[in-house]
Amino acid sequence: MTPIQSVLPAITPVLPEIVLSVGALLLVLWGAWRGERSAESTNLGALGLLIFTFFLVVSQTGTVTTLNGAFIADPFARVMKALILIGSAATILLSRDYFQRERIDRFEYPILIVLCTIGMMVMASANDLISLYLGLELQSLAAYVIAAFHRDDVKSTEAGLKYFVLGALSSGMLLYGSSLVYGFTGTVSFPGIVTALNGPASFGLVLGIVFVAAGVAFKLAAVPFHMWTPDVYEGSPTPVTAFFASAPKMAAMAMTVRVFIGAFPDVTAVWQQIIVFVSIASMALGSFAAIGQRNLKRLMAYSSIGNVGYALIGLAAGSEEGIRGVVIYMVIYLAMTLGAFAVLLSLRRKDRMFETIDDLSGLSRTHPWLAFSLAAMMFSLAGIPPLAGFFAKFYVFAAAIKADLVTLAVIGVVTSVVGAFYYLRLVKVMYFDEPKAPYERIPPGSAIVLAASSVVVVLFFLIPAPLVAAAGSAAKSLF
Amino acid sequence: MTAAAAFFYLFAGLAVASGFMVIAARNPVTSVLFLILAFVNAAGLFVLMGAEFLAMILIVVYVGAVAVLFLFVVMMLDVDFAALRQGFQRYLPVGGLIGAVFLIELLLVVGTWTLDPGLVQAPLGRAAHGESLTNTQALGRVLYTDYVYFFQIAGLILLVAMIGAIVLTLRDRAGVKRQNISVQNARTQAMAVDTIKVPSRQGVEV
Repeated sequence: MTPIQSVLPAITPVLPEIVLSVGALLLVLWGAWRGERSAESTNLGALGLLIFTFFLVVSQTGTVTTLNGAFIADPFARVMKALILIGSAATILLSRDYFQRERIDRFEYPILIVLCTIGMMVMASANDLISLYLGLELQSLAAYVIAAFHRDDVKSTEAGLKYFVLGALSSGMLLYGSSLVYGFTGTVSFPGIVTALNGPASFGLVLGIVFVAAGVAFKLAAVPFHMWTPDVYEGSPTPVTAFFASAPKMAAMAMTVRVFIGAFPDVTAVWQQIIVFVSIASMALGSFAAIGQRNLKRLMAYSSIGNVGYALIGLAAGSEEGIRGVVIYMVIYLAMTLGAFAVLLSLRRKDRMFETIDDLSGLSRTHPWLAFSLAAMMFSLAGIPPLAGFFAKFYVFAAAIKADLVTLAVIGVVTSVVGAFYYLRLVKVMYFDEPKAPYERIPPGSAIVLAASSVVVVLFFLIPAPLVAAAGSAAKSLF
Repeated sequence: MTAAAAFFYLFAGLAVASGFMVIAARNPVTSVLFLILAFVNAAGLFVLMGAEFLAMILIVVYVGAVAVLFLFVVMMLDVDFAALRQGFQRYLPVGGLIGAVFLIELLLVVGTWTLDPGLVQAPLGRAAHGESLTNTQALGRVLYTDYVYFFQIAGLILLVAMIGAIVLTLRDRAGVKRQNISVQNARTQAMAVDTIKVPSRQGVEV
């Protein structure tokens, strides 16, 4: 027998995941012991756990592969994990007040968010197809449950069911693609696939990559696998929608980059056309389909579809600069989305939430700061300098032009002009329409998230260097 | 003919026959029971191939969980199977055509199948370690070492599934009488029994 030391893998790189898992188990025990009274304390506990893990992740350095090659901790994984943790922590901050008022504040919710976060971190660190799939499943399963968390609400249960059925289908496609990739390369590990792929890709492998791309596109909510997004976003409780639009997007993007850049860097020609098509279709649908939307949650759903399209431009470039663009885009997208949802969660009058564009009318006169923040988010989403959204788009477009994808960049610019129409319409409604009765006070959690994201979006242009440097080192670790 | 071959034909024949009975039986409960018989025979085939772990897993998972679940569904939901079968003859041509196409495809696939001779000689589980290990031992050796990460994440997934099922379905209904053992045990004679002296011809206030 081999000595035990050689059998035990190095677990320090996995410490953040272990801390979160143990914490989640303790919270489950605490919640089960204290019953429904523990909703407040589990919320705080989960928030503390996520913040602690964030500092653990940030304090790690270097690139390590462990657990028999299934897990990789590199700068890219760390940046994405930090984003995921910020998204999850912000969601918990945003949720508390809403869930209390809707009388669905149960202790399982923060626990499910933590478990979902573990899944997302596994996805960001996946170095083979099995850990990728397991992380994805852990994330998705928790997401299905929290989509249906308002179980007495027809729309919420519908959203959960729809998400579950379509999500299971897409997992099936991803698995089928993975099995083909395994069959034609003989290995599941990403570095193994890279070494196995010398020469042109065989037909079976191409088929496998197509299926994997389909599964991944579903998780990203990219066209043509976006159909579920508006319904699920509209039906889920609003804080859950904020969650879906933030942290899981980061994880899905991390997973996409890991698969295509990590496992198939030498067959770029095979997947580049898929990504280019998905990117163009997402940008176009994100801008045109959102024009007719009156519901703010559906609008944000289409906006997120469009934004995924822009981020994918960077991946389509397939270069180090492109990935740097993707990372920067995701950071800024996270700030803009969380900010917009923080405003959405503040529109409450006498225990009723307001969700349509008309409910925003005259917000600038009743709530000037709220209106200013939302206007900043919208200008930023439309890509108007000097707000952060402009730089996000700038970096991916620049990478695309360097990679000779000028058409893609031009289409991106055109669709972002179209998208500006519906973003700026919100600003017009807030600033130039007749005001309605004022809303209730902004819940403290939303106020914190809104303030933080506004600062990032408005002041990013003053000190962009730390983020650009972090994204640069993240992209470097993949090539 | 060796004993192994005899058992192969026994299990295989029974599996095919019970598979046929699954679709032919009139009573859905009988169908499910035949399905269980088919699973057990398939497990027997696995044992003959030396895959005893797979055989036991088949029994535990498919017979123990899936088939019993089917049985519950069939018994609890009042599905009228006679009505479902109504159009059998009408749909037979189309169904038969699809079945025939599928059969031809399967025959083509199986007919052109070639196995790497190396695979036939060295069954996977035993070749890996050189020593004579059972499948279960071989799996156990890697499950908690090489694949411990996957094993633990799978555990977390099951935890999420459990929490999710409870979150979405468990309700506290008002007006349900529950047993409270500590209260029951704390009852004394004085709390449970009331002794009243009843005067003759007057009765008691209850």
